[in-house]
Amino acid sequence: MRRTDVGNPDYFHKVVDCQWACPAHTNVPEYIRLIAQGRFDDAYIVNRQSNVFPGILGRTCDRPCEPACRRSRVDGKPVAICRLKRVAADQKNDVSARIPKAPEVKNGKKLALIGAGPASLTVANDLMPLGYDITIFEKGPRAGGLMRINIPSFRLPEEVLDEEIGYIVDMGVNMKYNTPVESLKAVLDSNEYDAVFVGTGAPKGKELVIPGRYDSDQIFIGIEWLESIHFGHVTSVGEKVLIIGVGNTAMDCCRSSKRLGATDVKVIARKTRKYFKASPWELEDAEEEQIDIVENLQPVRFVIEDGKLTGMEFDQFKSEEIDGKLVQETIGRVILPCDSVVLAIGQDNAFPWIERDIGLEFGKWDMPVVDKVTFMSTRDGVFFGGDSAFGPANIIWAVEQGHQAAISIHQFCQGEPLTDRPPQGQTLASTKMGLHEWSYSNNYDPVTRQKMIHVELPERFAKMTVEVEEGFTAEQTRKEVERCLNCDIQTNFTESACIECDACIDICPVDCLTMTVNDEEPVLRTHLKAPAEQLDQALYVSGALKQTGRVMVKDENVCLHCGLCAERCPTYAWDMRKFVLHLPYAGVPAPEGTVAEKEKVSL
Amino acid sequence: MSYIAKPKVHHPSLKPNAIGLTRRDYEGALTTLCAGCGHDSITAAIIQAFWELDVEPHKVAKLSGIGCSSKTPAYFLREAHGFNSVHGRMPSIATGAGAANGDLMMIGVSGDGDSLSIGFGQLCHAMRRNVNLLYVLENNGVYGLTKGQFSASADSGSTSKKGEVNTMEAIDGVLLALTLGATFVARSFSGDKEQLVPILKAGLMHKGFAFIDVISPCVTFNDHEGSTKAYAYTRGHQIEVVQADFVPLRSEITTEYEAGSVQKVTMHDGSVVNFRKVAEDYDPTDRDRAYAHIRQHQEAGEVATGLLYIDPSSVDMMEQNDVVPTPLYNQPFETLCPGSAALDKLQLRYR
Repeated sequence: MRRTDVGNPDYFHKVVDCQWACPAHTNVPEYIRLIAQGRFDDAYIVNRQSNVFPGILGRTCDRPCEPACRRSRVDGKPVAICRLKRVAADQKNDVSARIPKAPEVKNGKKLALIGAGPASLTVANDLMPLGYDITIFEKGPRAGGLMRINIPSFRLPEEVLDEEIGYIVDMGVNMKYNTPVESLKAVLDSNEYDAVFVGTGAPKGKELVIPGRYDSDQIFIGIEWLESIHFGHVTSVGEKVLIIGVGNTAMDCCRSSKRLGATDVKVIARKTRKYFKASPWELEDAEEEQIDIVENLQPVRFVIEDGKLTGMEFDQFKSEEIDGKLVQETIGRVILPCDSVVLAIGQDNAFPWIERDIGLEFGKWDMPVVDKVTFMSTRDGVFFGGDSAFGPANIIWAVEQGHQAAISIHQFCQGEPLTDRPPQGQTLASTKMGLHEWSYSNNYDPVTRQKMIHVELPERFAKMTVEVEEGFTAEQTRKEVERCLNCDIQTNFTESACIECDACIDICPVDCLTMTVNDEEPVLRTHLKAPAEQLDQALYVSGALKQTGRVMVKDENVCLHCGLCAERCPTYAWDMRKFVLHLPYAGVPAPEGTVAEKEKVSL
Repeated sequence: MSYIAKPKVHHPSLKPNAIGLTRRDYEGALTTLCAGCGHDSITAAIIQAFWELDVEPHKVAKLSGIGCSSKTPAYFLREAHGFNSVHGRMPSIATGAGAANGDLMMIGVSGDGDSLSIGFGQLCHAMRRNVNLLYVLENNGVYGLTKGQFSASADSGSTSKKGEVNTMEAIDGVLLALTLGATFVARSFSGDKEQLVPILKAGLMHKGFAFIDVISPCVTFNDHEGSTKAYAYTRGHQIEVVQADFVPLRSEITTEYEAGSVQKVTMHDGSVVNFRKVAEDYDPTDRDRAYAHIRQHQEAGEVATGLLYIDPSSVDMMEQNDVVPTPLYNQPFETLCPGSAALDKLQLRYR
């Protein structure tokens, strides 16, 4: 293999699995260390820089970081990254002085953002401080989009939303509430705006047209129903409720039913658990609330007796997994009695308000054609982001797309080419403090993942607004932060200093290191002290070593970042260096950063 | 030294051996030797050898004297019996321990000072008696604990860290062992585990005194230019004379050798050492030729390594002296202490 190029920020970035997996590349290990030090304000600000809504995301994020977390490959459970984010948000003091402000003097450019969800708010967050004059058009009475109207308040309290949305709105965004945009053409033709951003989400729940669908008033569409609950238009539901679909919206629907007085709530899934769309933790939370999840049923018809919904009929399947594929066979029919049904089988985009003759091309599934890098549509100056760009995803993707769209909008308004994306930068600096002292907590703590404490069932069912999760206690926080392996503190190797004494290899608790004759990657992976079978985890390969011409190979997979290799290295060939990824934002290029002197030898 | 202990977690692929222990179960306390010390690599090789042999740690006695090398038994097999003796006196303790309990597998770790200076006589007599012991001499050519004076194994002409030249001749442990009739003689290098681990395994299974001289660079006082025990020097001058593959009795022989390229030596328990000869005409069962060969390399300024000599018909001290094979702890009290009548009877024989 060729010598690994650690000058490219991607190499060490990929080692920080959580940060790499996060769409917004939040610097997770850094904020966890700050929490460990009780620096909650700083931890919050580090979060906010990349993900804009730490308090909201600390409760509702889809957590792509957690399945990626190295700790789960070491002891089976990832660090509770998401809930630690909430700790930072809950424990911080007043940080308003540290939130960027919009300048008094504007830059003369006007923007229209359509929809006040996370994508638009992120665009406003990034562009207001640059002096843009921004107007957000929102069809509802308040900002937040699906974060406010679709996520029930027992998961996300209103105060948290108000605070974090307030930071952005209070920069001086011109908010037009209760103002649905009915014609994009009209907005464009007004010539009032230099650019337009569409962040209207995927607001249409999917229909299930089967016999009986329109014969009862007790059949609801999930996201519309959640919205009605939010606005107080729905305050009750039948005793027996069936939720059709098993995604995260279904989880919110079934748990909301419990709070509206339902006693028997079943979630109906066509496939088996492995194929459920809902996050495992959301399924667990629902099951804790005594909700049945029934597999292998496909709706056939609604059973209406004397004009009243009494049940639903399903095809029942037998499921078998053959060669990794789910094979289902119908084995009969079954009727489940119910008083209400909520359909939560997916969301669609809807753009009835965008004219098709304004040079804005629509493609497959009647979705606008949007560039995956610049987020601009085929009409110059019209940008998309969030669910409205590529279909339903989640908040953190909407935020990242907002950041990228903001960069594009800024470059567009400044007359710069959109395809020139600002590069990332990195800083690598030694964490060595003394002979065997490092500026991070390098010892491995075997403590297990802390379990979130939930409010007792009767108490939480009493009111829609009782937040279920209590948040980590100080003691839980203290334990959980120590589970983080500090993957951003990188093992950095200087081959010219190595005397091939084997000390690092002998001490490594997880057999990451090998000195061997160089070879092609597939061969090398089988020749290491422990086989490197996790193919998505990189091998860090040195150049030829002085004495034998072998190479030092490190399999990054389960490295604990404990620093013992560096402690046992007599020549400082191994060093623990803190990697900081610098991300560019609109109008704020990433600092180029510095790479600590590579060939420094202490002897 | 390190402030943190080695974390107990391990790589997911770490496998147990035939008795259900992983390599990590054969570790000891975290080393307090200098970072980069050759002794630590030898410790790792010893751990590997015991793990591969499926040895139960509590059936092992690890013994040592005084010195950097003699600290190392603390760093492997934390569940084995251990004895840190007076400087240079480890062979006596081992002789006694072996006599009292012949079931113990014994490993002694010593250094060039402990073996070739203060304990020189002890080493010689343990070899002569053929005590059933694996004797590992961790050879770095200096007294590390007292800041790097030349030891008895420092080569004439080599220099100290400050530049002082050693004018005295070195004692070569391997040549000494061959002269004194040792039945298992090897030399290896801490930086070459591929060679060292099979030799350690064969040495542990050898019935009799197995002597292994391991070049083990002192990273603090003897890893400079001018030293003949440095990492770079050893790598540049090491000549592997024979390659030994140890095949335990119960293992299926899976490696295939070209006909005539391998010399098989069967050990007392039926285990086999396959010698792949790197040097032509080398015969690891011919003491005189081995001696001559090693001397030749020495004259050329080279370090001959490998399992250099083995006597498969070795008769160990216990057998020579007809010592009762049952360990003393397993003897009934009446046998151990037959009473005053038996003593009187014995004494009568000497009147």
